[in-house]
Amino acid sequence: MRHLRAWLRRIAGIIPRQRQEQDFSDELASHLQMHVDDNLRSGMTPEQARREAHLKLGGLEHTRQAHRERRTIPFAETLLQDIRFALRQLRRSPGFTITAILMLALGIGACVAIFAFVDSALLKPLPYADPNSLVDVAERGAMLPRSNLSYLDYEDWKRLNTVFSSLDAYSGSGFLYRTSSGVEPVFATRVTAGFFRTLGVRPILGRDFYAGEDETNAAPTVLLAYSTWMNRFGGRAGVVGQTISLDNTPTTIIGVLPKDFHFAPRGGAEFWATTHARTPCEKRRSCHNLFGVGRLKDGVSIKTAFAEMATIAKQLEVQYPGSNQDQGAALAPLSELIIRDIRPILLVLLCGSALLMMIACLNVASLLLVRSEGRRHEFAVRGALGATPRRLIRQFATEAALLVTCGAMFGLSAAYGCMQAMLHLIPARRIANMPYLQSMGITPHVLAFAAAITLLAMAIFSIAPVLRLPITGLREALNDGARGSAGTVWRRFGSSLVVLELTIAVILLVAAGLLGKSFYRLLHVDLSFEPSKLSTLYISIPSSTYKKDEDVIIVTRKILDRVSALPGVTSVAVTSVLPTSGNGNTDWIRVIGHPFHGEHNEVNERDVSVDYFKTIKASLVRGRIFNEQEDRTRPRVAIINKAFADKYFPGEDPIGKKYGNGDLGPDSIKEVIGIVDNIRESGLDEEVWPAEYKPYNQDSDTFFALIVRTSGDEKSLLPALNTAVHQVDPGIGTTDPQSMEQRIGNSQTAYLHRSSAWLVGAFATFALLLSVIGLYGVVAYSVSQRTREIGVRMALGAARSSVYQLILKEAGRLTITGILGGVICSVASASLIKKLLFGTRSWDPATLAAVVFVLSLAALLASYLPARRAASINPIEALRTE
Amino acid sequence: MGDKTDVWQGTLALMILKTLEAMGSLHGYGIARRIEQTSGDLIALNYGTLYPALLRLEQEGSIAAEWGISDNNRRAKFYTLTRVGRRQIQHETRSWEQTTAILARFLNPTEEAS
Repeated sequence: MRHLRAWLRRIAGIIPRQRQEQDFSDELASHLQMHVDDNLRSGMTPEQARREAHLKLGGLEHTRQAHRERRTIPFAETLLQDIRFALRQLRRSPGFTITAILMLALGIGACVAIFAFVDSALLKPLPYADPNSLVDVAERGAMLPRSNLSYLDYEDWKRLNTVFSSLDAYSGSGFLYRTSSGVEPVFATRVTAGFFRTLGVRPILGRDFYAGEDETNAAPTVLLAYSTWMNRFGGRAGVVGQTISLDNTPTTIIGVLPKDFHFAPRGGAEFWATTHARTPCEKRRSCHNLFGVGRLKDGVSIKTAFAEMATIAKQLEVQYPGSNQDQGAALAPLSELIIRDIRPILLVLLCGSALLMMIACLNVASLLLVRSEGRRHEFAVRGALGATPRRLIRQFATEAALLVTCGAMFGLSAAYGCMQAMLHLIPARRIANMPYLQSMGITPHVLAFAAAITLLAMAIFSIAPVLRLPITGLREALNDGARGSAGTVWRRFGSSLVVLELTIAVILLVAAGLLGKSFYRLLHVDLSFEPSKLSTLYISIPSSTYKKDEDVIIVTRKILDRVSALPGVTSVAVTSVLPTSGNGNTDWIRVIGHPFHGEHNEVNERDVSVDYFKTIKASLVRGRIFNEQEDRTRPRVAIINKAFADKYFPGEDPIGKKYGNGDLGPDSIKEVIGIVDNIRESGLDEEVWPAEYKPYNQDSDTFFALIVRTSGDEKSLLPALNTAVHQVDPGIGTTDPQSMEQRIGNSQTAYLHRSSAWLVGAFATFALLLSVIGLYGVVAYSVSQRTREIGVRMALGAARSSVYQLILKEAGRLTITGILGGVICSVASASLIKKLLFGTRSWDPATLAAVVFVLSLAALLASYLPARRAASINPIEALRTE
Repeated sequence: MGDKTDVWQGTLALMILKTLEAMGSLHGYGIARRIEQTSGDLIALNYGTLYPALLRLEQEGSIAAEWGISDNNRRAKFYTLTRVGRRQIQHETRSWEQTTAILARFLNPTEEAS
């Protein structure tokens, strides 16, 4: 307590107060006066009395110093002095200060912002209990390494396995949710009853599904996502027990999920219902619509689990050869499923930002070195006047710490701004797929990271100038003539920094070039249809109103008629799945007359209307397109794509041939009537699969997409489409209106490619700028140091062109070394970025050549300016000043 | 070096406090003279060392300082004990007695043997 009080008063004493100093001087004066008085009284002469009193005190100044040191904390006081001095120094050269702080802010900001993404996506554990023991459980199909589970398989897997303490399943779903203003299609997930218990997630309000609530006889119940509770129900606690209408079925809300709960595979799901109402698909073993989540028993590895599930799958293959042949098991950690796509991108970005930070640090370090050169004399004088080397080093450290702290503060705020901006730039649909990003921010992790790189930078900057300080050879430094030689050393040191910077810049530029090129390739991938001027809208027909397939077909026709009457619409069609959505929604086929051993011949299955190919401008290669009269009463027909023809009818003419399901059920037999181009049904970066197109008249569905070609603006048509559909029946749900080009541009793969290309591009641009500035700095400094030499050369008759040559040669050597190093490094590190590339080799000669060209040009410019200054030196003046 | 001054400062602080306890209010010069007298002139006190010690005691709140007029009509800074200071005397006296008692056992080991 006493000591604390004393310390507090000493800390307060750091702020110097004239009064305290004066007060103590007075006290000492009075002390001496009393002593002198006493001495005089004892008979000394005034001279003796004064001498004796001073002697006894032990020196006036010494006492003052001891008192002062006790009054404050000496270290803190000198630190404050150092800081004040450093601030003065930095203010004296604002150009240097601002440049250094900006560069540091840029480097630190980029690093911290990217790290925040890494933290939220890769480091933060998923919001489930013990997320490491959760496993994504799926089947392995012949073509899809991870394909859906069928419900009956799931039940067998759950019953037979001994490796999971629980195994549950989920399935994507949507409902028509009735609100006061009509119906709205909502994104939902159907889960088995134990799903949330397996994840270890408890509702914050109400209850979880009880075991058996997913049985077919259970009453329909639903859990709300937190955001749904907030946005649709105002966060009222009374919501539990309320009944809502989903797909015209009264459903009871039983609880609300926690705020931080997210499940990326079904990101954006607003309602979580059970699988109690089995879909027709869930009654057939050959129909796959679920994915599983299992929790491993203690001590069971994923490898063991996989081995057992594979064995079970094998048993089922034997038991149900018709549906299960070639259907294996696919297991992976759940976290792997969630972050697989984004991890390589984030790692590349993190490397990129680290390289940028390195360039920024190198630049600032070289600036500091130049300054320390300029201040050799000052430090020599300070040393000669008695400053200890430690004190001088502290001075540098203080300056570095001030710079870095300022840089870090700006960088941190810039990073915060960037994060917010980037989060807002990410479309809502993409965020739904990456829900973990929502928790991104300046978390303790991020702060610790920022602190670590700040400290690292501080350490580098305090050490760098010290290495070059005249601590030992003070006398030589005081001697003016030593400056020339010091300059040479710096030139060598600074040059190697610049070579390093150029190397890094090449690496980043090459990476940006490769990513940019693969993004271009991705967007210009062969679509085999014309995506411009197409508006699209998903439509959901309420099956409670339109019970029979015929009803659905009739209402679909009505929609088509109504929409085609809209102004500007030239053609309109429906399809069960829009192009570029991705491979999936497949059919297993068997060609009549071809050998068959139960294998799964997977083809994309699309139900389209007559004008589909005309609307998207896909070309018919052979045969004909079906007509409106070909409905359920007529023999089934199909149009196949070229990939289908090549794979299943090699060397044959497919037109007129028939194929069906594996069991060749009479309903499934279709005749091939035409072949179309390989319309890109797959995602942009996926391979093209065989596909079949069937008339919607023969196989209708309640959920499909409307696709409209217009002569006007395709985006402004979207609201009109919506209205037109609701004019047919306000009970029809519409969702996700987008133009086809928007859909392609915003697709997950395009989005990830675009954002990584842009971000690395930005890093590379800054790197180019910084390294060129660094090169300019080194060459300019070298010119200023060699003014005298150049003056002598010119006085002796050297031509201006030879001076140009002298300087440009030096710069050229640095540039070539840097670029060469960079090219070697980027070729060596190309495998890192390989995963992110599409249709581009990881070492692409064109990209390398372009980078070398751009960088050489920039370097030439950066060295031309100082070279011109060197060439314009007036020899007489140069010799006079030195 | 540091250890020695610490011990010295510790003892000096106690001497100052005891002096003030006996004399009531006193200025720095008076305290120094008084310490010398009490020690029977065995301590040759460097008066300058007194002031950091006084400052420290003041910072710790054991003594309070105030400007006043001395017996000889000189302006001087007078120090007085505070409540904290009185408690500190008790505390430090006890610990000194303990220290000296322990040391005494080492210096006269025969007593221990009997």
